[in-house]
Amino acid sequence: METVTLTIKNQPTLYLEADTITPDNFSGKKASEIAALHAFEGRDQFTLGKYFEVSGEGGATAADTRIVVKGNVSRVKYIGMKMTAGEIVIEDNPDMYTGAWMQGGKLLVKGNVDAFAGIGMKGGEFVIEGNAGNYLGAAYRGDWRGMQGGVIRVKGNAGSDIGYFMNGGTIIVHGNTDVHVGTHMEGGKIIIKGNAPSKVGGQMVGGEIFVYGGIDVMMPGFKYVQDEDLEVDGENAKFSLFYGDTGERHPKRKGQIVYGKLHLRN
Amino acid sequence: MSKSVTDVICPFCGTLCDDLEVVVSDDGKKIEDIYNACAIGAEKFMHAQAAGRVTKPRMQQPDGSYKEVSYDEAVDFTARMFYKARKPLMYGWSSTSCEAQSIGHEIAEKSGAIVDNTATVCHGTTLIAVQDVGIPSCTLGEIKNRADRIIFWGCNPCHAHPRHQSRYSIFPRGYFTNKGHKNRKMIVVDPRDSDTAKMADYHFKVEQGRDYELLSALRVALRNEPLPETVAGIPREKIIEVAEVLKSGRFGIIFFGMGVTQSLSKNHNIDAAIMLTKDLNEFTKFSIMPMRGHYNVTGSGQVLGWQFGFPYAVDLSRGFARYNPGETTSNDLLRRDEVDAVFVLGSDPGAHFPISSVRKIAKLPSVCVDPHITPTSEISKLHVPVAFVGVEVGGNCYRMDNVPIDARKVVDPPEGVLTDVEFLTRVNTRLDQLIGGK
Ligand code: SF4
Repeated sequence: METVTLTIKNQPTLYLEADTITPDNFSGKKASEIAALHAFEGRDQFTLGKYFEVSGEGGATAADTRIVVKGNVSRVKYIGMKMTAGEIVIEDNPDMYTGAWMQGGKLLVKGNVDAFAGIGMKGGEFVIEGNAGNYLGAAYRGDWRGMQGGVIRVKGNAGSDIGYFMNGGTIIVHGNTDVHVGTHMEGGKIIIKGNAPSKVGGQMVGGEIFVYGGIDVMMPGFKYVQDEDLEVDGENAKFSLFYGDTGERHPKRKGQIVYGKLHLRN
Repeated sequence: MSKSVTDVICPFCGTLCDDLEVVVSDDGKKIEDIYNACAIGAEKFMHAQAAGRVTKPRMQQPDGSYKEVSYDEAVDFTARMFYKARKPLMYGWSSTSCEAQSIGHEIAEKSGAIVDNTATVCHGTTLIAVQDVGIPSCTLGEIKNRADRIIFWGCNPCHAHPRHQSRYSIFPRGYFTNKGHKNRKMIVVDPRDSDTAKMADYHFKVEQGRDYELLSALRVALRNEPLPETVAGIPREKIIEVAEVLKSGRFGIIFFGMGVTQSLSKNHNIDAAIMLTKDLNEFTKFSIMPMRGHYNVTGSGQVLGWQFGFPYAVDLSRGFARYNPGETTSNDLLRRDEVDAVFVLGSDPGAHFPISSVRKIAKLPSVCVDPHITPTSEISKLHVPVAFVGVEVGGNCYRMDNVPIDARKVVDPPEGVLTDVEFLTRVNTRLDQLIGGK
């Protein structure tokens, strides 16, 4: 596997839209070719080379390409957008849309990510060692297909509206979240190891939400079903199962109504 | 002898009353009296007459004072600001005509601007919800003639839209509602004892920030599913009772305001309210309508919508339209230092935005186009006074139910003062020259 290292040398005065930073775009390219890829600041088109020191070269394919992004990238958006394979390691805190519409490969952020990370994600593995902002793994505005596959793991806390319109895949948050978890969720799994204050699973049609800590205010449309022993993220524990949201439409399968499942750890 | 102008449109709130009568002096320069308008509407007309009105553009000097400049200089300064900026913000648009908005959008396309209107701090969340789940709505005329179940959720029309209830929603005798308010059941959801709430048949004093739960509970009740003993501070029995009242009506309407659009849950509140409306259509006819504030904020959404596909927070910086509230909304842009110039027309962010955003505007190159001296004009580098739309110049406006109404001119503007359309057209022409290298 070949490694390309991007080290930021010039900060953008506005924000940089760098959706070209993916293994797919870097594969088969030399450092000079990578530096010539475009990036936008406001209405002007520049090149990655204006902002980053590029060293190393891309592998033959995206899967053979690893990108390491160094330095303060808190004003850089869209890193890893639509990546399908390979690997990106971001050592600091990137801005919005990190790993948006990601389809495959591995994306590791050692710091925090801002809002809209992993929106519309279809596949791959996305690990955030710090905190995540709002709309993690959510749908893009107006889209009814949120996250559809892959895994997002946040070691810290996450903001509000995570898993909005989620259809598939898994989001694991080791810390706490803000309000609105899995709103309009139709499928997939959200695991919160800390607390979620309120509005958990509102308008949920299907899918599963696990909360290990507390929920201050439950949505009214969740009804208790039973206690269960389950293995979640490699651990065994006892959970109370609730069905919901009973205020929302629900499909039938084999004559049975299919509900969203909310598991609260006992 | 004075003359009377009838069927005048009130350019103040989203009710856009179209039955005002204005008495004008013979020379057509002075308004002497106004009939039919509510207090705030009448004030808008009178304000145009106030003494000491600014009639020349004013440029901020290094010591913070303002110096009068000509309109030519103002046009040149504004066009140059757009020419230099790489991501200008064009904010406001809610107190001007659709014609002016359209010219503003031409400038926005050329300069890669972000166009945002006052919905960004008002009903923008409504527009997000509408995009997510659609909206079953109607016109105010239908409500007047048919509606017998009226919900005011998080709004206080007695003060914000004073003639809304007498013209459309509660008191008028319509075709199928010939007993006026006696035909109607009124439900108000508001944590406060507002004057609107005092008139209600049912007043739900919802706990603050729990509207989403209460809307959800009503949906649960409609499906005959079990509910907890209280939701959002309202006992279960009351929720079920009101659900029955709503079901038993012939035509219902939910009006909602900033109490739900800008409290916790924001767009999700509206999303849930729209879904409740949809659910109620299983039993009877139900509609839902936002109580839009500025008289033409709806028009701004319309014009942006048909030109770019999104109703506010439209980012044209990359040459195609993008939209993502939370990123391309004015306060987020200002807070995060994402824009490098600010142009304000038809709104007063200096008075309504958080102080952190206002400070950012004060630091950037900025132009404020407004008939009055406002908090925004006082922090802008250039203030351009213009004629009052709906008083001194006509133009198209959209009522809160998306009905377009042409506002009328009743008096002449002060001598030499340009209209929004005239000023924007000149800026647009000057910008063309600058882009062409002249
Ligand atoms: S209700 Fe609104 S539109 Fe009607 S007169 Fe009053 S301010 Fe003007």
